[in-house]
Amino acid sequence: MKPLIRIVLLAAAAVLANPTLAAEEPAKILRIGLTPTVPYDQYQLIEQWRLYMERKLNRRVEFIRRDSYIETMDMLRRRKLDYAWICDYPFVYFRSQVRLLAVPLYQGRPYYRSYLIVPATNRSTTSIAQLRGVVFAYTDPYSNTGYLVARHQLHQMGENPAQFFRQTFFTWSHRKAVEAVATGMADGSAVSGHVWDTLTIVKPELTAATRIVSKSSEFGFPPLVANPTVPNEEFRNVQKALLGMASDSKGKALLKGLNIDGFIAGSPHLYDNVARMMKAVGEK
Amino acid sequence: MNPLLNLSFRYKVPLWGGVLIVVATLAVSAALMKQAYDDLKSDLMNSSANLSRTLAKTLFPSMMHEEVWRAYEIILAPLDAGQGGSRIQPELIVALDNRQRVFVSSQPKSVPLSADIRQFGEEYAHLADRIAARSEPDAAIIEFSGSRRIYVAAPVAEEGARLGTLVIVHSKDVFLPRFKNVASRGAVIGLLVLAVLLPINWYWGQRTAVPLVQLACSIGKVAQGVPPELPPCTYAYRDELGQLCEAYGLLVKALQEKGLLEQEMIRSERLAAVGRLSAGIAHEINNPLGGMLVALNNFKRRAGNDERTLKTVGMIERGLAQIQDTVGAMMVEAKVKSRDFVPHDVEDVQMLLSGEAHKRSVAIRVDSDITKPAALPATLVRQILMNLLLNAVQASEPSATVQCTIRRTGNTLTIETENTGRTMPPEVMSHLFEPFVSSNEAGHGLGLWVTYQIVSQLGGQITAESRDGLTRFSVSLPAGENS
Repeated sequence: MKPLIRIVLLAAAAVLANPTLAAEEPAKILRIGLTPTVPYDQYQLIEQWRLYMERKLNRRVEFIRRDSYIETMDMLRRRKLDYAWICDYPFVYFRSQVRLLAVPLYQGRPYYRSYLIVPATNRSTTSIAQLRGVVFAYTDPYSNTGYLVARHQLHQMGENPAQFFRQTFFTWSHRKAVEAVATGMADGSAVSGHVWDTLTIVKPELTAATRIVSKSSEFGFPPLVANPTVPNEEFRNVQKALLGMASDSKGKALLKGLNIDGFIAGSPHLYDNVARMMKAVGEK
Repeated sequence: MNPLLNLSFRYKVPLWGGVLIVVATLAVSAALMKQAYDDLKSDLMNSSANLSRTLAKTLFPSMMHEEVWRAYEIILAPLDAGQGGSRIQPELIVALDNRQRVFVSSQPKSVPLSADIRQFGEEYAHLADRIAARSEPDAAIIEFSGSRRIYVAAPVAEEGARLGTLVIVHSKDVFLPRFKNVASRGAVIGLLVLAVLLPINWYWGQRTAVPLVQLACSIGKVAQGVPPELPPCTYAYRDELGQLCEAYGLLVKALQEKGLLEQEMIRSERLAAVGRLSAGIAHEINNPLGGMLVALNNFKRRAGNDERTLKTVGMIERGLAQIQDTVGAMMVEAKVKSRDFVPHDVEDVQMLLSGEAHKRSVAIRVDSDITKPAALPATLVRQILMNLLLNAVQASEPSATVQCTIRRTGNTLTIETENTGRTMPPEVMSHLFEPFVSSNEAGHGLGLWVTYQIVSQLGGQITAESRDGLTRFSVSLPAGENS
């Protein structure tokens, strides 16, 4: 008898403790786009983050995953998404069409690098210049560290990126680019340093099959952006929720899973060097 | 070859049977294994062809958009080790473009992108030629003689637009372990079959061969003159072997009877010859003997003979009388004139023997159904009865009973005497009716001989048997109607 009473009381308490959630009419769902710039295939982690955000914002949250950056940007522009975590290159590319929401902190700073990697069996390569005529895996044509950086380096060397490699292909994810190099599909690739570092923790046998040839200079970390049509109040609420993650234990655990330290409001100037690189390569 | 063919059936039947069973088992096993190998290969090829069709269809958009990584993920899916070990894994899956260059391969390290497939050896060069020459829209199985690989090639095409070819490469090495598995199972079953059939074959062979061998051995002995006897084991079935055994049994029986008959004839011949000889001699002695006795009698009657001479003559006379007794006993004269045998004669004989019987405390019990005279000379029948009963009394232990049965059946008179006591050994039995043969110290051994002679002359038969302490004599005499 006693346990039954306890269960009934607990259920009643749960309903009473959350009166707003129960009473509020169905609010608009908050749609956040995710790209492979984050380890979005850690489904359990992303689900927990979603629940965390729902609790913090007191409304329903939906994560929408797309493989290509351009598709995510399209959805953002067509107002199918309210927010998105995109790469720094599309952010710069479409700067006028989005609003910077938050910048993650990685190793305490809002920056990351691009790693040039080759198979671990390749002990001789020390620079991208030695990769002439090989098969090279790009991540995404709108990736900074997985595409723009490598092409910029070749451009600096006076090479034509379109002809330098024997063959190139897109893997549509940093993680898959690492896999392509690890399995021998590609002889080299450029990937996000953040993803590579995260993979050394979650899948060390994969990164062990690759070797880092060089690390690029720092770029602003892939930011979270908002659709310009999002109301200011909502924008501030979401920004507050993100920035506050580092100050509660649940949020800290999620940040640890995402392998970042927290979020800051950030400034578009963080991405100025990406814009310069873009101009140099002549993409815009 | 000869020593093998000359072997005894005892070994030859199980040996040939065993060889046939082993050969049959091996042949069936080999056929089944060949079948299993073919089935295995055909299953593999069918499933591989299906896989190639599916993969080729799935690969089409990736190849069209040159999505190498997507294509790689597609061809890697069926190679996932987590799909269970029961399926035979391809060695390599490779997609080729229309110039037979690698679009994507499951082993990019050894078969890298955009490499010409012809550079990986002569076999791949032939394969490339075959693929280039083919235009059929369905999957094909390509096998080169002497190759350790089998190729399944499916065109990557949609609505007539062909982008390339998907090739699944199977190593024959991979289905060898599986075939070995099937083969070892087959071998175990084969051994089990042999383990059952070989003992059955051995048993059956022995069943057939042993009676044959024994029969052959027995017939061989008969041919060498050894008295025939039946084989120690019998064969109970009505097949040819059974008929042979039965025929042999009949043959042995006939031979034994013939042998007995011959022995009997020889004995009768001998006894008859001895009888004729002794009767002749007795006759020749008896004639002068009578004269001599008459002369001695006349001589005694003459006066003037001194004491000493008379004593000598008396001695000679007694000696001659003894000779006359003996000779008289040997002179069996069946043709003597005599009256017919009547029931009263039996009582007379009983009376005559009562003294001897009393002396030995032996009882004589006579059971006779004779009620009227029989057409047989009374003197001779009385002598037969006397001799047999006297013998029986003398052979009996004290206080024993001698049984005598006399029967008249139709025209035959049978006399049977039985006494208990010592069993006569076979060597005595075989010479029983010969003269001067006696187991009895007292007799001169002529009693049974005389009896035999009388019975023979009367046209009858006499037999004797002695076993387990019981001795029986049987006499049968032909007795016509009263003369």
